[in-house]
Amino acid sequence: MKVRIKYTKSGTMKYIGHLDVMRYFQKATKRAGLDIAYSQGFSPHQLMSFAAPLALGVTSEGEYFDAEFNTLIPSDEFVRRYNEQMVEGMAVNDVILLPDKAKNSMSIVAGSDYYITILDRDTGNALEHDNILSFEERKTKLLSMVSHLLEKDTIEVLRKTKKNEKVEDIKPGIFELSVVEDKIYMFLATGSEYNLKPESVLEALCKEAGITYNKFDYQIHRLETYMKNETGALVSLLESGTRIE
Amino acid sequence: MRLHIVMTKLALSDEILMEIEKPARYIGNEVNMIKKDLDLVDIRYCMCFPDVYEIGMSHLGIQILYDMFNKREDTYCERVYSPWPDLDKIMREQDIPLFSLETQTPLKEFDFLGITLQYEMCYTNVLQILELGKIPVWSKDRTLADPIVFGGGPCSYNPEPIAEFFDVFYIGEGETRYGDVFDVYKDMKKSGATREEILHAIAKIPGMYVPSMYEVTYNEDGTIASFEPRYEDVPRTITKEIVLDFNAAPYPEKPLVPHMKVTQDRVTLEIMRGCIRGCRFCQAGMIYRPTRQKDVELLKKYAREMIANTGHEEISLSSLSSSDYECLKEFTYFLIDEISNHDVNISLPSLRIDAFSLDVMKKVQDIKKSSLTFAPEAGTQRLRDIINKGLTEEVILNGAMQAFQGGWNKVKFYFMLGLPFETVEDAEGIPKLCQTVAEAYYSIPKEERNGKVAITASASFFVPKPFTPFQWAPMLDPKTYRDRAHHVKDTFREQTNAKSMKFTYHETDVSALEGVLARGDRRLNRVIYDVYKSGAIFDAWTEWFDNEKWMSAFEKNDIDMDFYTTREREVTEILPWDFIDIGVSKRFLIEEWERAKQGIVTPNCREKCSGCGAAKFGGGVCFEGKN
Repeated sequence: MKVRIKYTKSGTMKYIGHLDVMRYFQKATKRAGLDIAYSQGFSPHQLMSFAAPLALGVTSEGEYFDAEFNTLIPSDEFVRRYNEQMVEGMAVNDVILLPDKAKNSMSIVAGSDYYITILDRDTGNALEHDNILSFEERKTKLLSMVSHLLEKDTIEVLRKTKKNEKVEDIKPGIFELSVVEDKIYMFLATGSEYNLKPESVLEALCKEAGITYNKFDYQIHRLETYMKNETGALVSLLESGTRIE
Repeated sequence: MRLHIVMTKLALSDEILMEIEKPARYIGNEVNMIKKDLDLVDIRYCMCFPDVYEIGMSHLGIQILYDMFNKREDTYCERVYSPWPDLDKIMREQDIPLFSLETQTPLKEFDFLGITLQYEMCYTNVLQILELGKIPVWSKDRTLADPIVFGGGPCSYNPEPIAEFFDVFYIGEGETRYGDVFDVYKDMKKSGATREEILHAIAKIPGMYVPSMYEVTYNEDGTIASFEPRYEDVPRTITKEIVLDFNAAPYPEKPLVPHMKVTQDRVTLEIMRGCIRGCRFCQAGMIYRPTRQKDVELLKKYAREMIANTGHEEISLSSLSSSDYECLKEFTYFLIDEISNHDVNISLPSLRIDAFSLDVMKKVQDIKKSSLTFAPEAGTQRLRDIINKGLTEEVILNGAMQAFQGGWNKVKFYFMLGLPFETVEDAEGIPKLCQTVAEAYYSIPKEERNGKVAITASASFFVPKPFTPFQWAPMLDPKTYRDRAHHVKDTFREQTNAKSMKFTYHETDVSALEGVLARGDRRLNRVIYDVYKSGAIFDAWTEWFDNEKWMSAFEKNDIDMDFYTTREREVTEILPWDFIDIGVSKRFLIEEWERAKQGIVTPNCREKCSGCGAAKFGGGVCFEGKN
């Protein structure tokens, strides 16, 4: 029986890489004494697959993995037993049962949304004309540029792939871009079809504002991971199934 | 849903952590990490393994002490490992003090810094830890504001080459006396004692060696003339500490589980401490005497609990010679039948090859991938008798044949070159033994064997160690060793089945330095300091080791390496480590050295007691079957 698990990765755990997070959950599942299924063969492994990998340094409260269990317990019980095993910064938020034919999370991811916190630091934010901005000035300028950026027909960014670099219009990958309190909110395309990193949007925003982009001036936090439903609307990966009562 | 705000503040900035390799090395927060309220503890101890995180986290001893110290309510034990050169550079440039993982506190703020010394080539890393930790590297320069720096582990059985960097060496097994040390420290600190007074009091606790309380003088030829305590109430001889009730000794039932992949990513069960064999080159075989075994029922309980508490998918056994653990069969089958099912691998130690071990190997390994391991150490029976290695050619051939018939076709051999009294014939015995094993393989009908045989032999450069019968032996000079290794390689090529064999040997430079440091004296402190100051760290890593730095430091300090390595010592000479009593008597070691010269084998502890002296502790194998 396949279930989907939603989790949070925050605090110092943002320095733990994707592969290590996978190992972390394998061990946590064993510690929690949950009846996970194993593959056949000489070196069996837990049947577990992760959705969109999170870049090192990014925090999230909307991460997912799917896992196959031999026995089921109620969602609340799953959450409780996992959370007894979590270290500071990690938490399991929800667990749902997937229909037998459900595709795995990795293949259906289509979008993610993020909060970007502008950090109070005074490095790397010089204007092109050597005009040093204070943190408040930089924040105000950036936030005011958000609506401005969306008015443009194209948003061109230099994108690096493994093989080469090319200028690309990232506007089609931006589903939403707005200011919420003093944070920037972004809803972007994620997944195998089209993948847009929040860093690319931040870079475009900085360029528009005439601010030198320094990745350490921002904390990126993923809120949720989305898939397309039958009508093509973007919905949470939790919509694939139902909670276990 | 709002993000849960996490309070841990890291010592390193986001920029640094994102720039360096593997930031997970420096953030702590591992599963089963201990957290304590700093306001409620009196003693803060920082435990250090002076190598990179992945190595240090794989060490069992630290896990034992970490668990044991933290069970004391008044004590908080944290950890630190050597920052990798990428971070080392940044910390120096930006003047960032080295910090503990748990609370990210600068080392200088601790009451104690305990450094485990597992191999000689970590000595420059010890200085790196101290200097980055803003602790004066020389013990004499430290004040009450600095931590008391403890050394422990196998290298503290000759602490003299690094004696001046440490305040105290704990001689022996850590489980026994730290409680006394903490109690004394706590009381004295409260009553306003000076650092000198505290160290003086610690020097009176059994097992504690405080180097500054002893004075060494030298003869004109460079040998030691005298080694005397400076105070009448400080012991002249320090007897090693040992756990006698091995079953009652603390064991970490909830060991730390790192987030990143480390060298030993598994549950480790110590089944036995010490070794009954008495190989004459082996230091561990002497310093951990008498051999003590863990009760098999207790081990079963640990196995269940530790797998449950860690979620590890592998379990391994730790001891010096697992085949000599009397309940090995019962315990191994227990692991296979009741622990492994589908989700835990059993990682086997190297076992004596017989029907039992082959059956177990078949169950837990893939025959196609696994290999048989033999450690004859020497190529001829003559030399194996000299080193007291009980393995005979007959035993090797029997074991190999059984395995070949069972489908195995890969064999690994471990040898040493440069052993005392080794001749060219002994060296040539290495390829010859491999050839004999290859022939044995091809004597099996083609349809009953599994393709070609693959024999790998590797040789390391013998380094004489303190507290072994070979502590007086000259070490071979590097050139002769290299020539001998080349000769062995050439002899391999001449064998009929040369194509089925591979021979590798260890480099000489590092071994020669180990030879100096292993049997060195206090005059080497200055050399190590100078090497470190010229930029050496991570000497145990081929990619960082720089022999030139060591050579110029020896030259600068007018120290002749040969004095420590190739010189044969008289048994009457005062050795730098003579003030330590490991239980095994000097008289016994001298007898063994004489028997080696005559090629006489000494039986193992279970066959016949040879009266080594370790019985004085009153436990272990010396008293087996005598109650």
